[in-house]
Amino acid sequence: MSFEMAEAILLTIATAATPLLIAALGELVVERSGVLNLGVEGMMVMGAVTGFAAAQLSGSPWIGVLAAIVAGAVFSMLFAFLTLSLATNQVATGLSLTILGLGLSGMIGESFIGTPGLKLQSWVIPGLSEIPLVGKFLFAQDPIFYISILLTICVWWFIFRTRAGLTLRAVGDSHGSAHALGIRVIRIRYLAVLFGGACAGLAGGQLSLVYTPQWVENMTAGRGWIALALVVFASWLPWRVVAGAYLFGAVTIAQFHAQAQGIAIPSQFLSALPYLATIVVLVLISSNRRMTMRNTPASLGKPFVPER
Amino acid sequence: MRIELVRRPNPSALYSALSPLLALAITAALGAVMFALLGKAPHLALYSYFIEPLTEVWSIHELLIKAAPLILIAVGLSVCFLSNNWNIGAEGQFIMGAIAGSALPILAPDFQGPLVLPAMLIMGMLGGMAYAAIPAVLKARFNTNEILSSLMLVYVAQLFLDWLVRGPWRNPEGFNFPESRNFHADAILPEIMSSSGRAHYGFVFAIIAALVVWFTLNRTLKGFEIRVLGQSPRAGRFAGFSYTTTVITTFLIAGALAGLAGISEVSGAIGQLRPVISPGYGFTAIIVAFLGRLNPLGIVAAGLVLALSYLGGEAAQITLGVSNKVSNVFQGILLFSVLACDTLIHYRIRIAGPARAE
Repeated sequence: MSFEMAEAILLTIATAATPLLIAALGELVVERSGVLNLGVEGMMVMGAVTGFAAAQLSGSPWIGVLAAIVAGAVFSMLFAFLTLSLATNQVATGLSLTILGLGLSGMIGESFIGTPGLKLQSWVIPGLSEIPLVGKFLFAQDPIFYISILLTICVWWFIFRTRAGLTLRAVGDSHGSAHALGIRVIRIRYLAVLFGGACAGLAGGQLSLVYTPQWVENMTAGRGWIALALVVFASWLPWRVVAGAYLFGAVTIAQFHAQAQGIAIPSQFLSALPYLATIVVLVLISSNRRMTMRNTPASLGKPFVPER
Repeated sequence: MRIELVRRPNPSALYSALSPLLALAITAALGAVMFALLGKAPHLALYSYFIEPLTEVWSIHELLIKAAPLILIAVGLSVCFLSNNWNIGAEGQFIMGAIAGSALPILAPDFQGPLVLPAMLIMGMLGGMAYAAIPAVLKARFNTNEILSSLMLVYVAQLFLDWLVRGPWRNPEGFNFPESRNFHADAILPEIMSSSGRAHYGFVFAIIAALVVWFTLNRTLKGFEIRVLGQSPRAGRFAGFSYTTTVITTFLIAGALAGLAGISEVSGAIGQLRPVISPGYGFTAIIVAFLGRLNPLGIVAAGLVLALSYLGGEAAQITLGVSNKVSNVFQGILLFSVLACDTLIHYRIRIAGPARAE
């Protein structure tokens, strides 16, 4: 493999990994607060279509990015209202968020099918991006890549180094005790879900403004679900989410290169790789009960209704 | 102003019965708003969506065709959901059932006679069961999250079907179209009343399945085990009920019914394999299961309602020129409304004022 090619592959792996990383980080914060939002796929696809539409209508991809974030956040509030204010089943409500998101995005995006999209321009940092091999990977990326790295640091710092992060974890581990201490469980969970929605929206915007600048129906193609699996894979630790996201980015890209090289495996089998890899990884992680139990938020998925 | 939930001492029987109807009313109201926003007269839109398809006999047949897979899958899912097993991969089990059953007429087109159809149906059920067994065994043996594994397998099944009909199973006389050969006459599921429309025996299977599962859940020990383990795994284990067995059994039931739905759809409604054989029945069936309150008899009614939303979507596309994607939006709104209304069964909702002394 030539040097240039290795450089290019690294770059594309990052582009494939970034939406997974961002969506999974958002969901990690949500789950740390004790809420399981299975609507990531729906919020992501809403972010993708809104971001694309806003960029088209305004002519600016940055407006698109903002719109994607807002769309994901607004959409997540639907989930928050039902699960937190009305104490509905989180699994079923998350599923309905995904079903609604896929339907609504299909309707909104119908008139944009086939329209060439606007691409968010990369930020090339002069000098540093000339470093061999890793220069382009680290310093000639699209802005959302930089945001994803910054976000990882911020989420880690927030969860483990701030008082608010401690409160978030307390709420996720024992909402009853947190409530007894005077912590406003429902409010904190609303904020966490809002953050998760914004992240999922941004991840979707990355897909339709950077990764493949166009609108295709169901263009998230299960990435929201893979992001959910990554949170389990990472056992709720931000740094492991990075590792997981890049692992999956690599699998995705490997599959494209295998297809381009004309390897004699049907393309459908290669396309199935990321999904199969997800299952394998989940099995490996979850069969190790000690490792998963240590960081699993104890109240995950349980509805909380304050007693009067 | 904020919302407070006050737990009822007992679940409200009134709202148990009323909540699906309330949810339908809310969905219709939101639908009217949506049509108004799209610039269509809401009453005309709702009419062509929900009433017009019911005014003609052939169209009622079409309704039964669409309701059959929804009811079959949803009845199976209700068993899973009642036992707290979140199988959301029914779409994949549907596809695998269709593939397994179709293997016979596609690979052995010369084998004909009255045995073909029963064999296909059984193979379809086995195919669905085998595919559902994967997330079940992974959950029972390795504690793997069944939501994610069953969903991932949907994508895999879709790609596998795509590969089959474009590759090894492509019709040799099909001018390179991505479809399998047409099933021979013995491999076609017959129509119930072919004088008036196309509805096939899939709907009869759905009704039988609903009755059998209803009986099993409500009148047998196995059904009781499933319910107890769903509501309280601890209590179930003290009673000596096996968690592992229940996980696997419920998944196998759901897989068998989804597989039966798949082969019935292919052999009754389509007559060959194509790259896409389902407009998302496996996911819509989740809505059906909840709208039917996880009760097999309620699911029959709910399946008809959701089938109507598919037909209405097609009708509205023709008469009003609105996208048929509106159906998916309707379905999403409906599930949200159902879940929100179900809150009323267990809680009273109180709107509290802004300031309150604690």
